[in-house]
Amino acid sequence: MNLSILIILPLITTFAILFVKGLKQVRTVAFIGSAAQFLLSLDLLFVYWKERAAGNTTQFLFDFDYTWFAPLNIHYHIGVDGISVAMILLTSFVVIAGVLVSWAQETLNKEFFFLLLFLSVGAYGYFISLDIFTLFFFLEVAVIPKFLLIGIWGSGKKEYSAMKLALMLMGGSGLVFVGLAGLYFNTNANGAHSFDLIQISQMHISVAAQKLFFPFAFVGFGIFTALFPFHTWVPDGHSSAPTAASMFLAGISMKLGGYGCLRVATYLMPDAAHYYSWVIILLATIAIIYGAFATMMQKDLKYINAYSSVSHCGFVLLGIGMLTQTSITGAVLQMVSHGLMTALFFAAIGMIYSRTHTRMVEQLGGLLKVIPFISTVFVIAGLCSLGLPGFSGFVAEMTVFMGSWQNPDQWYRLATILACASIVVTAVYILRATGKTIMGPIADLHYHGLTDATWNEKLATGILIIGIVAIGVAPFWINQLITPGAEYIFQHLGNVLK
Amino acid sequence: MNNYSYIALIPLLPLATFLVLGLFGRKYFKTFSGTIGTASLLASTVLSLYTAYNYFFIDGKVNGVFQKIIALKYTWLQFSPSVSIDMGIILDPISVMMIVVVTFVSLMVHVFSLGYMKGEERFATYYAFLSLFTFSMLGLVLSSNIFQIYMFWELVGVSSFLLIGYYFEKPSAVAAAKKAFIVTRFADLGFLIGILILAFYSGTLDFGVLIERLTSTQSSQYISITSASFLGASMLTWGLTLVFIGGAGKSAMFPLHIWLPDAMEGPTPVSALIHAATMVVAGVYLVARLFPVFSIDVTALQIVTYVGAFSALLAAIIACTQTDIKRVLAYSTMSQIGYMMFALGVSKYGGENGLGYMASMFHLFTHAFFKSLLFLGAGAVIHLVHSNEMKDMGGLRKLMPITHITFLIACLAIAGIPPFAGFFSKEEILLAAYHSNYFVYGIAVFTSGLTAFYMFRLYYSIFWSREADVHDAHHGEGTFSMKLPLIILGVCALVAGFVPIASLITSDGAALETHVDIKFSALPVILAVLGIAMATFLYKTKSDRASNVAEGFGGLYTAAYKKFYIDEIYLFITKKIIFNLIGRPAAWIDKNIVDGFMNLLATTTGKISELIKGFQSGKVQNYTLYFFGGILGLAVLFIYLWK
Repeated sequence: MNLSILIILPLITTFAILFVKGLKQVRTVAFIGSAAQFLLSLDLLFVYWKERAAGNTTQFLFDFDYTWFAPLNIHYHIGVDGISVAMILLTSFVVIAGVLVSWAQETLNKEFFFLLLFLSVGAYGYFISLDIFTLFFFLEVAVIPKFLLIGIWGSGKKEYSAMKLALMLMGGSGLVFVGLAGLYFNTNANGAHSFDLIQISQMHISVAAQKLFFPFAFVGFGIFTALFPFHTWVPDGHSSAPTAASMFLAGISMKLGGYGCLRVATYLMPDAAHYYSWVIILLATIAIIYGAFATMMQKDLKYINAYSSVSHCGFVLLGIGMLTQTSITGAVLQMVSHGLMTALFFAAIGMIYSRTHTRMVEQLGGLLKVIPFISTVFVIAGLCSLGLPGFSGFVAEMTVFMGSWQNPDQWYRLATILACASIVVTAVYILRATGKTIMGPIADLHYHGLTDATWNEKLATGILIIGIVAIGVAPFWINQLITPGAEYIFQHLGNVLK
Repeated sequence: MNNYSYIALIPLLPLATFLVLGLFGRKYFKTFSGTIGTASLLASTVLSLYTAYNYFFIDGKVNGVFQKIIALKYTWLQFSPSVSIDMGIILDPISVMMIVVVTFVSLMVHVFSLGYMKGEERFATYYAFLSLFTFSMLGLVLSSNIFQIYMFWELVGVSSFLLIGYYFEKPSAVAAAKKAFIVTRFADLGFLIGILILAFYSGTLDFGVLIERLTSTQSSQYISITSASFLGASMLTWGLTLVFIGGAGKSAMFPLHIWLPDAMEGPTPVSALIHAATMVVAGVYLVARLFPVFSIDVTALQIVTYVGAFSALLAAIIACTQTDIKRVLAYSTMSQIGYMMFALGVSKYGGENGLGYMASMFHLFTHAFFKSLLFLGAGAVIHLVHSNEMKDMGGLRKLMPITHITFLIACLAIAGIPPFAGFFSKEEILLAAYHSNYFVYGIAVFTSGLTAFYMFRLYYSIFWSREADVHDAHHGEGTFSMKLPLIILGVCALVAGFVPIASLITSDGAALETHVDIKFSALPVILAVLGIAMATFLYKTKSDRASNVAEGFGGLYTAAYKKFYIDEIYLFITKKIIFNLIGRPAAWIDKNIVDGFMNLLATTTGKISELIKGFQSGKVQNYTLYFFGGILGLAVLFIYLWK
C-alpha cells in the first residue's frame, strides 16, 4: 500500500473545497473527502493485518524513502507500525465525526472546512513519518489551522485563547526542534548526520547528549499532550474553540504530543528516558490527581471535559514513563481511547450548547426528558470517561495500571496507586455533571421545545461510539495491533525489571 | 462429562434482551417489552436449573468431591505473555448455586414488575436496565478470572446506578444513585489495588492458578508474597484486605454501608433484586471465591469476622428505630449480610472446620428468598398506600391477605423460627461461631433476638396497629403478576431450609455431616420468640407503649434513629475537607499560579518588547544620540579601567 495517499487524499479534498460554492457543496465535498479517508484507514488496517498474517515481521511496513533535501540528509521516509495504524484510525474517526457535527456551519463555511481538513493532512503526515524532520514539518502543519479555527469561529475570550494556544504550542515546537537538532548533530551515519528514525534507533547516541536533549524533546512534545505545568492552554483553548475544533484539538492534536514523546523522545533516547523517568512519572501523577480535583470544581461543561483531559492524558505520560511493555501499550491505548471519548464528549456538549445556548452546569437540568438521544450520548461519553468496562477507557486505564505495577520501584508503585485513586474522583465529577445536566428536574421551561439530534449528529456520534465499544468489548484486536510496536520500543529501552 | 458451553447462553440472553430493548424498546415494543424481558429470563432460569441439576446430581462429583469445571475460556486482553484477562465460565458449587438464585429471583422480579411498573412511561428502559443488571450479575458469579469479576463488578455497579436513578427527575433519587456509585467506587479502588498486588505476586489473574499458587506453602509465589511486607503486614494480608474492602463496599459493610439505605429511592422491585438478594451479596461471594487463600491468612480473616459481626449488630440496632419500611429492610439486609461475612470469617478450609463457609452460603441461599419476598411484599404495600412511611400504614391484613400471609412467613423465616428457611441457615452460622469465637457468638445471638424484634415491629406496623385510611382500597393487592411471585417465594421461604446445602456446597467440595441440636438451638429460638413477644406487646395495637420505651432509651434511641451520624461524618469529610481543602485550592492554583505564571511570562515579554521597541524607532537623530551615548560610555569605561 502506498502510504502517501493518506496525505494526498485530504490535500485533494482541501483544494476541492476551494473550488465549490455554498454550504451544501462545501460540506458535501468535505464529507466525501473525510469518508474516503475513513475507508482508507480501515483499508490500511486490513492490509496491515494481512501483511502481518503473511509473516512480515519488519518493524515498519509499507516503507517508502525519498531524499527530500540532500544537503542536510532530510528524507521523505514513511512507514507504519501498529501504533501508527492505531493513531491513523483514530484520526480518521475523529475527522469524519468533526465534519458531520459541523454540518450547519453558517459563517465562512468554506474557510472553516478548508482549515479543518488541512489539519488532518498534518496529522496523517505526522503519524506516518519515519524521518524526524519531516515529522516536525507535519507537526507544524497541524498547529496553524488551530489558531485560526479558534480565533475566527471561537466563542468567549477567543482571541486570548487562540493566542495562548498558538504561543504555547509554538513554544513546544521550538523545544522539540532544539531536541531534534541536538539529536541530529550527534548522529553519525557513514560520516553524515541523519534524521532517519530507524537509523538513529540503531546507533548509539552518547548518554551525555541524550541527557541534554531529551528534556527538550520530551517537554516540547509534552506541551501538546498537557504535560503539567504546561497544560494551561488546554482549558482555555478547548472551551473557546468551536465544537469540531475542540474535537480535533483533544482527539488528534493532543495525541500528536503523546506519540512524539513515545516515538521520538523515548524511543530514540532510551538512556535518558531511564534517567528522567522519575520526573515524567512525578509530573504525570500530579497531572492525573490535580487535574481530576481541578475538574471537580469546574462549572462549565467544556472546562470539565478539558480539565478531565489533562487528567486522562496524564495516564498516557504515566504509561510512557513507567517504561514497561504493558504500560507503553497502555499509553497508546489510552491515546486512542481518550481521543475517541473526548471527541464524543465535545460533540455532545456542542449539541447541548447549540440548543440550550448555555454550557453552565447550574443552568442545565433534566435534559434526558427532552433530548434523550443527545443525553444518552453524553452519559455514554461520561461512563467511558470514568472507565466503565465495555467502553475503551476501562481497557486503556487497566492496561496502564497493570503495566505500571510491573515496574517494581516502590515510589513508582505509590504513583500507580495515586493514579488509580483518580478513578474515584473521576466518578465524582462525571456523576456530578451528569446528575445535574442530564438528570434532575427540567431547569428551564424553554427546554421543553428542544429538538433531539439530527441525522448527521446521530451518524457522527454513532461512529465514535462504535469505535469506543469496538475497543471496549473486544480489545484483543487493538491490543495485538499495538503490542508488537510497543515491544520494539520496550526492547530498545532494555529491560527495566533487571 | 457434559458439554457445558451452553451455559454462556444464561448471561447472554439477558444481554441480548438489554440490547434489543435498549435500542428499539421505546419505539417498537413499548408495553410488550416486559413480556420479552420476562420470557428471555425464563429461558435463562430454566437453563440454570438444568445446569444445577446436571452439576449437582449427574456429573459434578468425582470421587465424592465437587469439581471446578471451566466451561469456556478465551483470551480477552493479553497484558503480558503470562498475565491476561480471560473471559471464562467457572462451574463450582457456589457459582452454580448463585446462577440459580440470581436467575430465579430476577425472574420473580420481572414478573412482579409487569404489574408494579404498569403504565410507566419508560417501561422498556426499565426492563432493559433489569436485563443489563441480570447479565452483569450472572457474568460476575460465573467469572473464572479475578479481573473478569472486577469488570462485571463495575457493570453491576453501573446498572445499580441506573436503576436507583430510574426516577431521574427526583433529585433525591439522583443523589442516592450518585452516592451508591461513588461509595462503591471508592471501595472498588481497594479491590483494584488488591488485584494488582495479588496478580503481581502470583503472576496470574486466573482464579484457579492464583489459588493454587498462593495456597501451596512451597511455591515461590507464596514465599515471595508472605515475605514481602509493608507497615508490618505481609503483602498477602494487604492484597486480601484490599480485595475485601471492595467486597465490603458492594455488600454494604460498615463503614461503607451508607449508600444502601439511600438506594431505596429506586423502584421497589429493583431493591428486591439488587439491594436484597443479589448484588449486595457479591462481596460475600468474592470472599467465598477466594476463600482458600483467605483461610491461610489469619489477619485478613479476622478483619472479615469483626467487620461482619459489627455490621450485623449496628444495622440491627438502627433497624429498630427507622420508620421508612424500605429502610428497615435495607438495614436488615445489611445485618444479615454481616452474618454471612462473619460466618466466612470464623471458618477454616476443609472438612468439619469448614462449617462456617457452608453456613454462610446456606444463609446466602435462604436469605435471597425471604428477603426478596419481604421487599416485594413491601412493594405491594407501597403500591397500595403510595407511601414508604409506617405512619401511613396499619391494618392492611384485610385488604391484602396474600401479601399478609407471605410477609408473615418471611418474617418468621428471617427471625429464625423453625421450620422456616432462616432457622436452619442461621443455626449453622451460630454453631460455627460458637466453635470458634465466643465474642462473635454472643453478638450473633443477641442480634438474632433484635432481628425478630424489628421484623415484627415492621410486620405489626403494616398489617395490624391502627386502621389506615387507604384511598385506593379497591386496588387491593394488585394484578395477578404481582401476587404470583409472592406465593412462589413464600413457598421457597418455607422449604428452602430443607435443601441439603451441607452435602452440596462446602469449602473443599466434599459433603459435610450436619444435624440440628435441640439443646444448642434452644437459646436463639427463645430469644427470637422473646423479640416477637416484645414487638407484639408494643406494636400490635396502637398505644403509647412504643414511644415510652423509645424515650426510655433516650440518647441511644436518637443516635440510632439518626443512624449514629455516620452520614453526617461522611458529608463533613467530602464537602468540607475534600471539596474545600483539595478541590478548591487545586482549581485556584491552576487558575492563578500555574496559568498566572504563563500569563506573566507573556505579559513580561510584551512589556520588555514595549520597553526596547523605542530603540528601533527609525529616527536618525535617536540613533545618533545612542551612538554618541555609547562612545561616551565606552570612553568612561576605558579611562576608568586604565587608571
